[in-house]
Amino acid sequence: MSVRPELTSRIEADDSSVGPVLFFFATGVAWLLIGSVFGLIVAFKFSFPEWLGDTPALTFGRLRPAHLNTVIYGWASLALCGVFAWLAVRLCRTTLRWKGLLYVSAVFWNLGVLYGTIELLRGNSAGQEWLEYPTWSWIMITVAAVLFSLSIIKTFRERDVDHIYISLWYMMAAVIWFPLLWVLAHLPIYSGVTQAASNWWYAHNALTVWFTPAGLAAAYYFIPKVIGRPIHSYYLSLIGFWTFALFYNWNGIHHLVGGPLPTWLISVSVVASVLMFIPVIAVAINHHMTMVGHFGKLKSSPTLRFIVFGAISYTAVSMQGSIEAIRAQSEITHFTHYTIGHAHLGLYAFVTMIMFGSIYYIMPRIVKWEWPYPRLIKIHFWLVALGVILYFAAMTIGGVFQGLYMNDAAKPFIDSVEVTRPYLMARSIGGSMMLLGQIVFIYLFSLMLFRKGAFRAMPPWGSKIAEASHPDAPGAEVAS
Amino acid sequence: MYMKVPLFIMGVLATLLIAWAGLTLVPGIQISEIEPPAGLKPYTDQQLRGRAIYIREGCIYCHSQQTRPVGFGADQKRNWGRPSVPGDYLYDNPQLLGTMRTGPDLFNIGARQPSEDWHLIHLYNPRATSPGSIMPPYPWLFREEIEYSDEVLAARGERVVPVPEEYLPPGKVIIATPEARDLAAYLIGLNHTYPLEGEE
Ligand code: HEC
Repeated sequence: MSVRPELTSRIEADDSSVGPVLFFFATGVAWLLIGSVFGLIVAFKFSFPEWLGDTPALTFGRLRPAHLNTVIYGWASLALCGVFAWLAVRLCRTTLRWKGLLYVSAVFWNLGVLYGTIELLRGNSAGQEWLEYPTWSWIMITVAAVLFSLSIIKTFRERDVDHIYISLWYMMAAVIWFPLLWVLAHLPIYSGVTQAASNWWYAHNALTVWFTPAGLAAAYYFIPKVIGRPIHSYYLSLIGFWTFALFYNWNGIHHLVGGPLPTWLISVSVVASVLMFIPVIAVAINHHMTMVGHFGKLKSSPTLRFIVFGAISYTAVSMQGSIEAIRAQSEITHFTHYTIGHAHLGLYAFVTMIMFGSIYYIMPRIVKWEWPYPRLIKIHFWLVALGVILYFAAMTIGGVFQGLYMNDAAKPFIDSVEVTRPYLMARSIGGSMMLLGQIVFIYLFSLMLFRKGAFRAMPPWGSKIAEASHPDAPGAEVAS
Repeated sequence: MYMKVPLFIMGVLATLLIAWAGLTLVPGIQISEIEPPAGLKPYTDQQLRGRAIYIREGCIYCHSQQTRPVGFGADQKRNWGRPSVPGDYLYDNPQLLGTMRTGPDLFNIGARQPSEDWHLIHLYNPRATSPGSIMPPYPWLFREEIEYSDEVLAARGERVVPVPEEYLPPGKVIIATPEARDLAAYLIGLNHTYPLEGEE
């Protein structure tokens, strides 16, 4: 059997991304662990407010931003950079360019997150949500984001393909958008309520321009790839892309609904939020129609299981967001734990699950070693999937009660605290399951890094021929 | 899919920049024409120090500072103060509007709760004033002493906090450091109940 020439070059191209991708993944996974431990402590503090209450660095109000920032800028951003770098090679059909910049970028991301975390725990927060990191931290992350984008753009310019697959649209948009958004949000030109507008425009747009495009790019790539058939409709994916770009950028101010801002401003954001139904339904139909008849593959492919869970969560979280923005609902759920549930449906059930799925696919191809212990992968999946469902359900129901009690002036305020207690406890249990699942994942991931663990029969990534014979392979041409 | 790269880049830049201009620059211009309300005073130095502690300890993750109008929640019925307006925030940087109400809105806490003693006890241990509270304690804003002299405390800007017996460490008194008093001063200063023009 002779090796097809395009396969040789694919493997060469794949190999060019190994170093940076591993660097991004390994450090991202470490931040996931740290950030989740912060998150779990924060969650338990709602039930035990005195616990660790004597240590300033471990007070609720410092750990909470430390949690948020490590999971979004440490874990999610680094993981998606790894996925982007690997996808760039696959979709542009060329080797990774300006690779050195990627290493420098990864170092700067990590330094920015490390320094930022230490400073947050020391109490040096910039005060704006999602933008709490102190000056040096955001400067380091700016450098990191710009260098990353440059390398990806350079690779894109050297592409060896005519047709640009939809994943690449999202990815290229993200690498142009994010550094720009990050810098615009940090301009020292806002104060008072305008600053609140820019704060929430940023916080929501971080999803618009960075995390969601990454999740969608990966879902669009891996679903057709794993099941080995093309995406249902190219046109639908383009409609989805442009309506997404048009409407999603305007959503953020719905976080200030009912607040002291010009009414037109909030209305614009609410309308844009509702219009998000269009791109979301376009994506949902497209993914679902691609999957139809292949749901059986969910059993055999861990990648697919995580990615499909993520894709369904994307539809759910977006529709929930559109409805949440509407005044009748936000009157009740705004200011409550409901929002926190929504945020985790987005950043965990959607983005994080897709990142897990992507890592399960990519790792064997770059370390040339098959995942050991398939049973542990299953345990990882079920722990985090059930954990995040419990988390979401508890916060959603608890949040609705909290809002209803708060809006009933006949009840003392403390009743709105009391009523949430069992739900907050349930959330902590859900969170513990998520952390436990991640520990399993991190164990597997470390085995992969050092090519340890049970040797799986037919490690398909050891030889060039094997890739072609692996069941995942035929989709390769389909997806690019 | 076929992509016209320059068009793509323009589209991507335009969708972001137009939204940015629309959602932050335009309201910024609209709001820059507002005069501060006559009753709004700039923060004192002490209040600003307290405000920095409010940011440092992350009070914003549980408390909002924005009051909503009738028909939007029970803010008015709970007597949390008239609906806030953009002018109320003209001296706020960074802004602290907040989006969580695990605890009550604090935009007018100074009007509701003007007692420094109350705030100090509450910050030392929220459960001492508010049974069932899940607010964290802030013991590092306080000191424990066995003996003290009023003159020394006064010279340092400190004072004894009348913490109820059962919350005191045995044989000790609790002293509020200048930080605790700055934070209390900030909270007591949070009072935006002054009338707005044309509303008297
Ligand atoms: C984990 C959430 C949480 C954090 C963090 C938090 N609080 Fe609270 N706060 C509450 C809750 C719940 C209440 C209601 C029960 C009570 O009075 O303690 C409350 C009540 C208050 C009240 C009384 C409000 C009223 O209407 O009576 C003040 C004042 C206050 N908090 C100030 C602060 C300050 C200052 C900080 C930061 C140093 C802070 N809180 C941090 C949850 C929190």
